[in-house]
Amino acid sequence: MYLYPKWIRVWHVINAAMILILIVTGLSMQYTDKDNASYVVGFAKAVRWHNFAAIVLILNYILFVTGNLLTNNGRYYRTSRKDFLLNLRVQFKYYSKGMFKGEKHPFPVTEERKFNPLQKFTYILAMYVAMPLLIISGIGLLLPEIVITTIFGISGLILTDILHITMGFLLSIFMVIHIYTCTLGAKPTSLFRGIITGYHISEEE
Amino acid sequence: MFRIIILLSLINLLSLSTSGNSLYKSGNDKVKDSVTFVSRFESDNIRCFKCHGQEKYEYTNETVGKQVRDMMCSERIIPKKEFYASNHRSFSCTDCHSEQYVKFPHSGELRMEQKFNCIDCHGGDEKFAKYHFEEIVTEYQKSTHFKMEDEGFSCWKCHNPHTYKITVRNSTNLKETIAYDNAICLNCHSDYSRFQLLSDKAEINIIQKHEWLPNQALHFANVRCIECHTKYDNNIPVSHQIMPKGDAVRLCNECHSKNSILMASLYKFESKEHRRYGFFNGIILNASYVIGANRNEYLNLLSLVIFFGVIIIIALHIIFRIREINKNK
Repeated sequence: MYLYPKWIRVWHVINAAMILILIVTGLSMQYTDKDNASYVVGFAKAVRWHNFAAIVLILNYILFVTGNLLTNNGRYYRTSRKDFLLNLRVQFKYYSKGMFKGEKHPFPVTEERKFNPLQKFTYILAMYVAMPLLIISGIGLLLPEIVITTIFGISGLILTDILHITMGFLLSIFMVIHIYTCTLGAKPTSLFRGIITGYHISEEE
Repeated sequence: MFRIIILLSLINLLSLSTSGNSLYKSGNDKVKDSVTFVSRFESDNIRCFKCHGQEKYEYTNETVGKQVRDMMCSERIIPKKEFYASNHRSFSCTDCHSEQYVKFPHSGELRMEQKFNCIDCHGGDEKFAKYHFEEIVTEYQKSTHFKMEDEGFSCWKCHNPHTYKITVRNSTNLKETIAYDNAICLNCHSDYSRFQLLSDKAEINIIQKHEWLPNQALHFANVRCIECHTKYDNNIPVSHQIMPKGDAVRLCNECHSKNSILMASLYKFESKEHRRYGFFNGIILNASYVIGANRNEYLNLLSLVIFFGVIIIIALHIIFRIREINKNK
């Protein structure tokens, strides 16, 4: 089943590469110290690469949002309140119990339903909540002069930075879980193949 | 969902547009009026300030019998307000300058008078021991200023005896201190007319030389030149050993780290308070925010706990999956 058009795959690979660069360089800046300068990326290099990757990521994010607005792909991210929590619970139960008992996937992938409810929910949180916050706070740190100096007596830069590292951290955790859940396809490698070739191999095939 | 996105972007846009360029505004814009000080030599000093206190001066030329109004040479102007706000405000002009200056016109020979150095008054005095003037002189003699220009250079090139005041250790407004201290360096290093008195270099360009520094304007407003250009010595309040330019700090993580050198320099006088609410180098947070130096130990710990928690859950999941596969075989 052809599920991932070319633009999505291009967007996805750029996104993955940039996020990896951002994690490595971001951690290097956060944990920079005089004595470990030699085994993590040096601060100056980390700043340069972080800025570069961030700008590419922002442009890529614009591509993602525009793509979802202009093509049919946006429909996969639409959710309804009906049975929202119930569906989440069903999917969670499957991941934590059902799949070990040989139960069938409660929400098999179809052309109309690319994401299961849990997947859809986390993708919406990641792409439409965490990413915008990460990008806005990142722009604030890139151009610190535009950040509000104090908010209720606390430096605006501190709040911006904490928001940025928190979102960066949550998205990193998202990435770890995302990569792991991608081994839950028909075979551990089939979902990875899918995002490269564009064809989804379902368990029935 | 789209409504949420639009709302989020609006909130963000609002916060960006209302922020303005207010970073450089200091929290305490009020300058303390220290000119209320009344010197016991005021009536003596006024004779000097009458001419040297402002740009114009007047006198009667007795030879031609005319009243003359003239411009005072800028180097010979001592702003009265600044003098009475300075560390030397309680002095009489003739404590340091010859008594003969009280006569006008001043004798030409007076121009050749020997000028004092800091150590001439401050050296070997118990009262000033806490300022370590002797060590300052030793450090100064190791500095590039002394090595390159020992004849022309003196304490007064940086510390104008008429206006200088100690700032950093008494400051409640760090931004003001930084600007004051940096002005001392920039006085020569950004003004070629003064710079050429000591050097034969054809040009100076601080901005260009520091182009490699990210967020240059922000750095210039938030740290002093001496943070990177002096060699630190814990025995002395403010380092006076200006290093050759090649030895200046260029590694970002000298400051952007848990053991930030800023704690031994700019924040030396306040650094007793080491961590606050888990932020490393918490005192910096009063005036600024330094990536890497102000990381929060609780957040770091929390992130590690969450990260390893996720890894453990994934590991358990893998184990269950393997068991399920083996069961089906």
